[in-house]
Amino acid sequence: MRELSLNVMDIAQNSISAGASLVTIDVCQSSAADRLVISIIDNGRGMSAEQVARVTDPFFTTRTTRKVGLGIPLFKMEAEMTGGGLQIHSVPGEGTTVRAEFVPSHVDFIPLGDINSTVLLLITCNTDRDFVFHHKMDEREFTLDTRELRGILGEEVELNTPDVVAWIREYLEEQTECIKGEKI
Amino acid sequence: MKSLAELQAIRDKARSRVTLREGQDDAIRVLVGMATCGIAAGARPVLTTLVDEVAKRGLQNVMVTQTGCIGICQFEPVVEIVEPGKEKVTYVKMTPEKVTRVVNDHLVNGNVVTEYTIGANSK
Repeated sequence: MRELSLNVMDIAQNSISAGASLVTIDVCQSSAADRLVISIIDNGRGMSAEQVARVTDPFFTTRTTRKVGLGIPLFKMEAEMTGGGLQIHSVPGEGTTVRAEFVPSHVDFIPLGDINSTVLLLITCNTDRDFVFHHKMDEREFTLDTRELRGILGEEVELNTPDVVAWIREYLEEQTECIKGEKI
Repeated sequence: MKSLAELQAIRDKARSRVTLREGQDDAIRVLVGMATCGIAAGARPVLTTLVDEVAKRGLQNVMVTQTGCIGICQFEPVVEIVEPGKEKVTYVKMTPEKVTRVVNDHLVNGNVVTEYTIGANSK
């Protein structure tokens, strides 16, 4: 993958397949600690300890069509390449948390890339699920919670209505500029 | 700054022109392969462009959705167009530029862009 945000899209897709109604994407960047931590937390069906142990194996997949699953192994490799790592915590019936830690100063670090595009697509293409996106950069942070948006929009106006999509896109852009310190 | 008040205004505007989108049997379904293979091959900008173009042109009868890996990873990004009563069309090795043309020619005007289909690219 050329951007870590593409991996996020891939991993979040697993949460959707696991029947999650709420997926939280948490991106936490700290320049002082030289760390980037990406977490994908869902309330899907979860996995057994045995499944968790095998999920980083590329030759393990829940798919029945073929025998390889590369999403998690790739993400893990990308984290480990920088001196970081990946952990999975899962409870059957409760959900799964995938947490990957990266060292941004490492030469093999893959940039985060366009995380806002990932979040926007996840929201607008899965209007039957809720998403929480939390992005923290050092001292500044912001959160987008689709449950809050739904509270305002009511039931008849979907999150994929063009005007709403444009609002979410601009909101994400503005907030990102703010936490980067480019806009006050 | 984008405010939640603005979102309320959007809601009021949208409510005032309620369209019957429920239970459309004649809807055209557009499926984008978004498994690991598709994403790695560049499916995200393809999906973004599709969603944007369909919204921009106000195509009410088109439903853009994601799908998993359909087993032709070497042809990703793959976009399938399923229209009721017609044979499914599979577009392969898609790019945002190709998407713009497919939306215009196929979704709006009903002409399949043969040169982008799997049939024309499978040699």
